[in-house]
Amino acid sequence: MSALHLCLIFSTLLFALGLAAALSRSNAILVLLGVELMLNAANINFIAFWRFSPQFASNPHAGVIFAVFSIAVAAAEAAVGLALIIAVYRHYKNVRLQDADQLKG
Amino acid sequence: MSLSLLIFILIAIATLGSAAVALALKNIIRAALLLVVSWIGIASFYLWADAQFVAFAQVLVYVGAISMIVLFGVVLTRRAPVSVVDTTVTPSMRAVAGVASAGLVALAVVWGILGTELPQTSSRAAAPVVDMRAIGLELMGQYAAAILIVGALLTVALLGSVVVASHEEKLMKNEE
Repeated sequence: MSALHLCLIFSTLLFALGLAAALSRSNAILVLLGVELMLNAANINFIAFWRFSPQFASNPHAGVIFAVFSIAVAAAEAAVGLALIIAVYRHYKNVRLQDADQLKG
Repeated sequence: MSLSLLIFILIAIATLGSAAVALALKNIIRAALLLVVSWIGIASFYLWADAQFVAFAQVLVYVGAISMIVLFGVVLTRRAPVSVVDTTVTPSMRAVAGVASAGLVALAVVWGILGTELPQTSSRAAAPVVDMRAIGLELMGQYAAAILIVGALLTVALLGSVVVASHEEKLMKNEE
């Protein structure tokens, strides 16, 4: 088993933790944190493939720059997610996702 | 077992353990703070993998910014000042189904990874050399369009989140 295998298994387990949280928790903030954890697992995969792939000589910085852009998009996603949670809280006075069951304002 | 492998396993155990405990906790502030530990673990994984630049970005963005956003969200959406917000793991079929499907996904993906031939470049000497100056030059040269698009995306997303979060208040003012 190579180091790349270990990194991929690590990120898979992190992804599964995030997925379990996103599917089974009812607090919207914890669901958002689960989604963030899944994004982090994807970033770990970028870095793992960049570090342990033999072809990095052609463009040595591509993986790093890809991961940085991905982190930037994740930051935007977190801000929008928290804004949605605050909007849901203003409307329902609650952040339980079971209670937020209408699309109509 | 080499030292590098040992460090990796320690990082993985710390990251996965704190994330698992955080996502199973009832107290949401403790969950958010434990997730900060998990994000620091991921940053140390990046350091282990010789991606220092990404490790610093991870610390700045996740440990610094997103954790603050999450704590603001927790504080803004709790009803009583002390009482624990309802964050119980729903003791229902949904929770069982969620954990079971996540476990199935993990099993399927790990099985797929273990059955795949991957390049065997585990030697530490093969680390690609990355210096900040080269990254900066590439960001301003080859990836200039991409960084402009990311900047526009961040601006639009933050403006949009301000609009979304202040929507209800505007309506109430109009009604008054």
